Formats: sequence, structure tokens, C-alpha cells
Amino acid sequence: MIDVKRRVFLKGSAAAGAVVAAAGAGLIAPQAVLAEWNEAAFRSKSVADAVKAVTGTDASVESADIKIKAPEIAENGAVVPVSVSSSIAGVTAISILAASNPSPMVASFALGETTVADVSTRIKMGKTGDVIAVVQAGDKVYTAKKEVKVTIGGCGG
Amino acid sequence: MKKTVVAIATLCVVGLSSTVAAKNAADTTPAQDLETYRSYFTKKFPGVPLQEFSNGVYAIDQISRDSWEAIEEFPPYEPFIEEGEELWNTPFANGKGYSDCFKDGPAQRKNYPHWNAERKMVITLPLTINECREANGEKPLKWKKGKLASLLAYMGYESRGQKTNVVIPEGDAGALTAYNEGKSQYFSRRGQLNFACASCHMQSSGMHVRTDILSPGLGHTTGWPVYRSKWGNLGTLHRRFGGCNQQVRAKPFKAQSKEYRNLEYFLTHMSNGIEFNGPSARK
Amino acid sequence: MAKSSIKLRAKVKNGVTTVKALMSHPMETGQRKNKKTGEKIPEHFIQEVVGTYNGKVVITTSWSGGVSKDPYLSFSFKGGANGETVTVSWSDNKGGSDTKDVKIKGKK
Repeated sequence: MIDVKRRVFLKGSAAAGAVVAAAGAGLIAPQAVLAEWNEAAFRSKSVADAVKAVTGTDASVESADIKIKAPEIAENGAVVPVSVSSSIAGVTAISILAASNPSPMVASFALGETTVADVSTRIKMGKTGDVIAVVQAGDKVYTAKKEVKVTIGGCGG
Repeated sequence: MKKTVVAIATLCVVGLSSTVAAKNAADTTPAQDLETYRSYFTKKFPGVPLQEFSNGVYAIDQISRDSWEAIEEFPPYEPFIEEGEELWNTPFANGKGYSDCFKDGPAQRKNYPHWNAERKMVITLPLTINECREANGEKPLKWKKGKLASLLAYMGYESRGQKTNVVIPEGDAGALTAYNEGKSQYFSRRGQLNFACASCHMQSSGMHVRTDILSPGLGHTTGWPVYRSKWGNLGTLHRRFGGCNQQVRAKPFKAQSKEYRNLEYFLTHMSNGIEFNGPSARK
Repeated sequence: MAKSSIKLRAKVKNGVTTVKALMSHPMETGQRKNKKTGEKIPEHFIQEVVGTYNGKVVITTSWSGGVSKDPYLSFSFKGGANGETVTVSWSDNKGGSDTKDVKIKGKK
């Protein structure tokens, strides 16, 4: 299962910040960090910390070249379909955050050279809030957001 | 919970401006009922083609339809179809299998529910599956979810495109009585909230309960079994009947009880002409 | 559930292969309580999904428990031809894992 190639591959997207944070917390041995699940990012309670843990920087710019496809109103907060695509050149990673969730970082995708910057998944959202997309290209970090309303349903079906 | 009551009670007052329900179930014939029921919805939602009603609320609300279409990209019921196919192909301990009970294969939706004159009862597909098992020395499966739902998913998938055609045999008083009991069940108010099936899914269809839009009752029987995100798994029509009854704070009947089989008989008849499209996904 | 926990499709069109995967997994956040006992259900979720094309990694996905139950992943890459192999593998926080191959369908 564990692919050795992956360790090399992930290098570009793993964050220096995450290395320091996770290793500093004594969670994992520093040499293993690059291939491991980004504990610091996924456990973070704030969007800013999570983004920094993934990208290694808190310098990001909003970009109109990121497209987030998500419903205006979530039919069911337990299953919110989200797609993120970008026309920015040289995208190496895409992350999806749900700003209002207790742990905002939901998914992070490290892309290979031939991989198209267009990913889809389904996420849980506890309440109304922004879905944030973070796109890394080279050493630049771009973001975009879209609000999704989450409300408690009556019956459903 | 208090909020719910207020919201639903408000809806109730607004929603009852039109009453289509026959006061006495036996006053009209099944054919007349079908015409009345269908035209009620086609007039209420004039832009919606008849076949679209098989998609529930997604036929009438674009925002929820967008989510649904994204989910249909890879629907969560697919693994259950595969599991159902495996179950279908796995012989019983006596070497026989489902295909010995269903001679013409798994595509059976068009044949159910139906009236059995000898047994004087409405026969549903889940009932037939479990009777097949028991006749072959196997234990019956649970009615609401699990293996039975998976089998129904496979059989439903194989039946896609078949048209609903529930016949209430003329001259059979028992069949008509079962139908009328199902009809009464549909139009009778029950539970603490004093709602009938029709209160929400006929008179108030298209209106909101909180943020939910009440789905039209026309086509309600076509898409089963359903993977509901709320359930996180696949469930049967009678599981949903029970859930609906609970939501109006009534004591639900048992799955495959006479009450729910008769309700299924009536309600499926109301969708005659609409294609079966199960299994399907709902919120 | 079916034999494999992964259902997988890969289609090539106009030089781009699109992969869609549906995994059967509870994706427990660790926040949910068992309704009967009131105890928290321990977290149990897929942490990583790797997609490979002809043995080469094209995507490495990291997830939290914030991804929905029975999770879905779609990605695409340039290249791919009818009959070539795409593999999707997942591993979760409890050491569980699964992998599935599929042949790409369609014309370049």
C-alpha cells in the first residue's frame, strides 16, 4: 500500500511550518513528517493556522481563477458536494476548508505534474459558513471562498 | 423541537386551503383517483414533465437538484447494487436461489405490489423475497435495511425503465377494499401533529418545512430503495413510511404490516405510468 | 458490503482521464455520540487516498473526518489510454486500507 514514490512526490506540498509544528509537538519523528498525514493542519481549530500548516506561509492572495462548485444551500450538511478547479498554471496542491467546522481543514490534494487542477469530493458542514479553497502553485498561495448555507431540515426526502 | 411545531403548524394552516381528499375513500374509483391525483400535481407544477416526478423534490427545486446531480456523479447506492447482485447469485443452503422463485429474473418491479385473490392480500416485492427464502429453509431478512434493501437495489436497478402499472382488479371486492384502506391511510390525519400523508405531500407539496421543500407525492414510490444521506445507508419504502409517521408523532405501523402494504398498493397505483428508477439517492 | 470497499471508474476523453472513486467507510469524526450509550464514537476516517496511473502517483489526497461518510473522490490527469490501469488506494487512521485497479475506458 505505502508507495515509496509518494514520499518524494509529497515533498513539494508539505509545509515547513507543519514540520516544525508537528515535530515540535513530539507527535512524529521529523524525518517521517513529509510522508505523514498533516496532523497540525487537520487538528488546527482556525482557518489561518490550518492554511499555514499546509502551505508554510500566511501570505496568500485571493484569486478569481479558482472556481468552487458547491450548493448555495446544503441539502444535508452531512453530504455537501464540493468541486475546486483552477486555471492557474503549475498548481501543485489544492486544499478545501470549511470555515465554520470545529477543525476547518477537510481535504488536501497534492497533484502530480500531469494532474489537472480539478478535484471533487463531498464534505460535512456543521453550520453555515464559507467553503475555502487554497491553491498552491510554485511558492504562491491563492485562495477563494464560497458561502454554503446549512440549516436543520424538517423531514427530507 | 418547539420551533418545529410552530413551523409545521403554520404550514398546516396555509397548506389546507385546498382539499382534494375524498371524504369517504369508497366514493371514487381507482381510475378516477389516479386522474385526480396526477392532474393535481401536473397542474400545481406545470413545468414538470410527468416522468420527472420520479425524482421527488429534485423535480421541483433547482438548488437541491444541483446537489443531487453532483451526488449522482457517483451515487452512494452503487455498492449496494453490487452487493444485491452477489446475494441474488448466492445459492441457498438447499442449492436453490432467488431465480427459482423469480423465474423471469431480477427485473420484477413492474409486478409489484399486486393483489393476490387467493390469499386475499396485497403482495409486495420484499414480502415475496422473504417468502422465497423461507420456502427454501432460509431465515427471513430484516424489512427496513441491510441485505433485503441491497437485493431490492439490484432488482430495482435491473427494473429501471419499467413503468408503474398497479392494477386494482375489477370485480374483486377484496382488492378494492385493500386499495380503499390504503387510500384512507393516506388521507387520514394522525399523530400529535395531526397530519395525513396528503397534508404534507399533496396540499403542501412544494412548500417549506424549515428549509426542506416538501416533495410531491406523485412518483413517491418509484425510486426505492433509497440511500438517504440522513440514514447513511439504504432503506426500503416501508422504513420511510414509518419515519414519516414518526415525524408527525404518530406510532408507526410495522414494515410489511397490512396497513403499509395497503398504503403501498394505493400510492403505487397513484404513480401508474411513471417509470421505476430505483435505487435512488435522497438527502 | 460488496467485496471491495472501493468502486472505481476511469474514462479518457480529449486526452484527459477522469477518475471517480466511491469508498465505503464510516468516516467518523470522533465528535459523534452513540445515541444509545451517549459515548463518543472513536474517530475512524480515511487519512490518505493515493491515485496512480500506470504505477505513477498522480494524486495524494489527505482527508480529515470532515469528509462525508462513504467518501467520494474525483480527479483527472492528462494522458491515459483505453485499457491502461488506474489504481486508487486508501488508508485510515486505524491501520485499515484497501486498493482497487480499474482499466481506463474510452478513446483518447
